[in-house]
Amino acid sequence: MRLILPLSITFITGMIMVLHFFVPHQPIKLLGDNLQEWYMIVASAAIFLGALNLMHVHFRKIKLKLKNWKYSPVTIIGFSVMFVTGLIYGVTEARPFDFLFMNMVAPMASTMFSLLAFFVASAAFRAFRASNWRATLLLTSAFIVMLGQVPIGAMIWDKIPLAKVWLMTIPNTAGQRAVMIGAAMGVVSTSLRMIFGIERSYLGGTD
Amino acid sequence: MASILEKLGNLDRRIIFVLIALSVIIPVTLKLIFPNPVGAEPSRDMYEYVDALPEGCDVLLSFDYGPSTMPELHPMAIALATHLMRKDINVVCMALWPEGASLAQEVMTSVGDSLGKVQYEDWCNLGYKTGGGIMIVRLGSSMNAVFPTDRDNLPWDEIPMLEYISDLTSFDLIITLSAGDPGVPAWVMMAGDRFGVPVGGGCTAVSAPQYYTYLQTGQMVGLLGGLKGAADYETLVGIENGQAIEGMAPQSIAHLVIMSFIIIGNLAYFSQKRKGGRG
Repeated sequence: MRLILPLSITFITGMIMVLHFFVPHQPIKLLGDNLQEWYMIVASAAIFLGALNLMHVHFRKIKLKLKNWKYSPVTIIGFSVMFVTGLIYGVTEARPFDFLFMNMVAPMASTMFSLLAFFVASAAFRAFRASNWRATLLLTSAFIVMLGQVPIGAMIWDKIPLAKVWLMTIPNTAGQRAVMIGAAMGVVSTSLRMIFGIERSYLGGTD
Repeated sequence: MASILEKLGNLDRRIIFVLIALSVIIPVTLKLIFPNPVGAEPSRDMYEYVDALPEGCDVLLSFDYGPSTMPELHPMAIALATHLMRKDINVVCMALWPEGASLAQEVMTSVGDSLGKVQYEDWCNLGYKTGGGIMIVRLGSSMNAVFPTDRDNLPWDEIPMLEYISDLTSFDLIITLSAGDPGVPAWVMMAGDRFGVPVGGGCTAVSAPQYYTYLQTGQMVGLLGGLKGAADYETLVGIENGQAIEGMAPQSIAHLVIMSFIIIGNLAYFSQKRKGGRG
């Protein structure tokens, strides 16, 4: 039963959603619409589950004094302050939650993301080598795109932005499309394997 | 010469960090502005498509990003909101990312107030709903079912500008400002391909190459890629001293510094290689 029930649910819901795409008429439409709303409800519940799990992990880390446990109180305090503030004052504009979000969360998150520039520069300096003709080709393309992506490229030579657009539109698109089509075919085949009960790893490995 | 190159090749990364920081701090402090010519780029396509929209039509603006990518995507949001509102286009905002709802409110309030636009008549913010692509498909059959109220809990039926909005096909254009997943691919695949609504968007520079495929096939009407895309849009809309235009000088110099380091690294590499070959 532990195997049959989840496999049956996956098969029925999967088939309904496949049919919903091709047959936009009743009763398939109603069933599909309801399942989509169910998905949103389950995904919302997963957010609460994630929050609870976050707290559990960090409280456990503090209790057992695991590696880097000293950062866990910061996470717990930050989470609790935002949660309580949102709960008491609401999340609408010009409320304490909004103030904290715009003046603390936003600058801190932007700062974290901006650190990427420093590491990219350091990594490029150490690893970006014209060691063979393929690497040289990649390096040349990267220089053209980096210059074409900023006004100084056009100031150096007005054809650099055009070269950047060509690189992005032709060779880049060809490569990207190959990756996307490959990934899409993988998604389709994995989905079909799950719907027909061939792929069962999502059940957690218990038969 | 070879020993100098060898030393440069083993440069302490803290020196790289300091130089990168200076390449950003100095132009920002000196308020250096570089002219930003806009060529035949996807950002121009985006501008021209929006500019050709008739007055009074409805556009859905989805804020699918968080604070981490604000420096790149927020200027785009401001420039797009300014353009749409100047053209008296009704803007309905929503978010596929939880933080996007607050960012949408901030942009729409500041731009709306500066142009004398009224919330619920000229623009509204439906807020965030979870579900990504699946939620978009549901929006294709009913907007009201997904958003029974807006972000401030005002019921759908009490918002005057939503009177004629029933599903995604009610919109003349969907614009997504995307920092990842869910974002551009979900809107293109679900709203564009399935319901036939034109989709345009903006994204971080790092994810722009992935979305060029959608431009070539006509699945997207235009694309703003990174801070340059935002600066292009600010230039085309005529926003003076926009955040993105101001960011072009530091970004230009930072790019040159990174390229210089790559060249130095390669010179050191070849110098060492030659030395090794001789040895």
